[in-house]
Amino acid sequence: MKLVTAIIKPFKVEDVKDALQKQGVNGMTVSDASGYGRQGGHVEVYRGAEYTVDLVPKVRVEALINDSDVNKVVDAILIAAKTGKIGDGKIWVMPVDEVVRVRTGERGSDAI
Amino acid sequence: MPEISAGDTAWVLISTALVLLMTVPGLALFYGGMVRAKSTLNMMMMSFGAIFVVGIIWVVFGYSVAFGPALDSGSFIGDPSAYLGLKGLLNSSALALNGAYYPIPATAFIAFQAMFAVITVALISGAIADRARYGTWLVFAAIWVTIVYLPVARAVFYFGDQEANGGGFIATKIKALDFAGGTAVHINAGAAGLALALVLGKRIGFGKMLLRPSNLPLVMIGAGLLWFGWFGFNAGSALGANGLAGVAFINTFSATCAAVAGWLVIEKFRYGHITSLGAASGIVAGLVAITPACAYVDTWGALSIGVISGAISALVVDLKHKFGFDDSLDVVGVHLVCGIIGTVLIGIFATTSVNEFGANGLLYGGGTGQLVRQIQAAVIVLIFSFVVTYILGTILNKAIGFRVTNDEELEGVDIALQAESAYDLVGSSKGSSKGRSA
Repeated sequence: MKLVTAIIKPFKVEDVKDALQKQGVNGMTVSDASGYGRQGGHVEVYRGAEYTVDLVPKVRVEALINDSDVNKVVDAILIAAKTGKIGDGKIWVMPVDEVVRVRTGERGSDAI
Repeated sequence: MPEISAGDTAWVLISTALVLLMTVPGLALFYGGMVRAKSTLNMMMMSFGAIFVVGIIWVVFGYSVAFGPALDSGSFIGDPSAYLGLKGLLNSSALALNGAYYPIPATAFIAFQAMFAVITVALISGAIADRARYGTWLVFAAIWVTIVYLPVARAVFYFGDQEANGGGFIATKIKALDFAGGTAVHINAGAAGLALALVLGKRIGFGKMLLRPSNLPLVMIGAGLLWFGWFGFNAGSALGANGLAGVAFINTFSATCAAVAGWLVIEKFRYGHITSLGAASGIVAGLVAITPACAYVDTWGALSIGVISGAISALVVDLKHKFGFDDSLDVVGVHLVCGIIGTVLIGIFATTSVNEFGANGLLYGGGTGQLVRQIQAAVIVLIFSFVVTYILGTILNKAIGFRVTNDEELEGVDIALQAESAYDLVGSSKGSSKGRSA
């Protein structure tokens, strides 16, 4: 089992959600995030006072998937989230030891 | 003594309510959205606090000190006992000011002027956002309105027609023109704001951290309400439903439009963007600048005063960073600067073609006479207000403390002082209730 985490542009959430559903991913967790990478921040000006805003708003999408689905899920996110401009985000995959569905107590792949 | 005019009385009463609307919610929203989210409620409460403190003082002795018969001959203040508790004024007799009569009841004028005192105090609060102790602010409001606002309001607004008999010295001795309070309200509040900003010192992180406005939509709503209410402030100052009120009204509109244009052009060329905060600030800049001049200038004068005030304010508003004083919401950069611009430019643009009781400025064949009188009035109010406020602020700071602790400031004054928070947008406030209700 794997945990796929994608940091994406906020307006790409719907596209990524649809793409994941098409790949049979039945659940995900979406949360607001902020951060920066190569994009850096941006400059805001209020009454002449310039502020460099380092942390840019992003959305973090997390989904638990089976090992066999990793490539197609990552590819789907890649296509859905990409604009080609700086700041598109990152995707990473981590191994997961155990998953438990709270309602039924199912474990492992059954709980995904 | 004239008959009471129903139309005049109705307009002044409506204008009175409009001027209250400027303070709450207008100014409270304008300021409340401009501070960080952790002090929005406190910022709004400073405006609300100004209302009740000043309101009580006004009806008990404030009106009498500002507009009562002189304490003794040559005195700069009225006798507080003359109209103590509005004694003898709560009836339908016509307003008498220093020998001049107006066809409205005194009560309407008392209420109208009360709102001016209220907003002048409330305006100051923007200079000390995020860091003032609330109790000290209330004490300051009470003392400041008594020793600074009341004498200045008398000097500017207590004109009447008996010059030798204790009339306000700016109105009747210097003969400066100030229709609705460029000196008494805006220069006064701006100079006081500068003094308090110096007394309290900079916020933690000023010039280093991100101190951006937390809610610009609130700022824009506030600016719109200020503009709406300002028609009462300026056109209501005609104290009647008449042609002069109409002149003040249209000039209040046109000058403000020009000021927004002036501000936005400057920021576009300076920083590359037209901003909502710039538009909101331009509105207030123009409203402030046209306040003293609104019934003395023609359309070209109003547009000129507007565009000059908007552009200059946009150019100087960030100088506080250079000079190193934390006038947090630019009471100086907007109210003091534009109050001076409007007051002084009367000496350039005033024309008796719109108001026979006005004067002709430099451009209308009046020479430099009026210009000098306007500068005198501006300088006198600025220095008086700054010096007295600085001394008062310093005394209060030493005696009872004007600034919150660093911990309180970092936590945010909303939670530290009021045990409240303005926003819970994500519903994340976890916790249990120990409420006393069922």
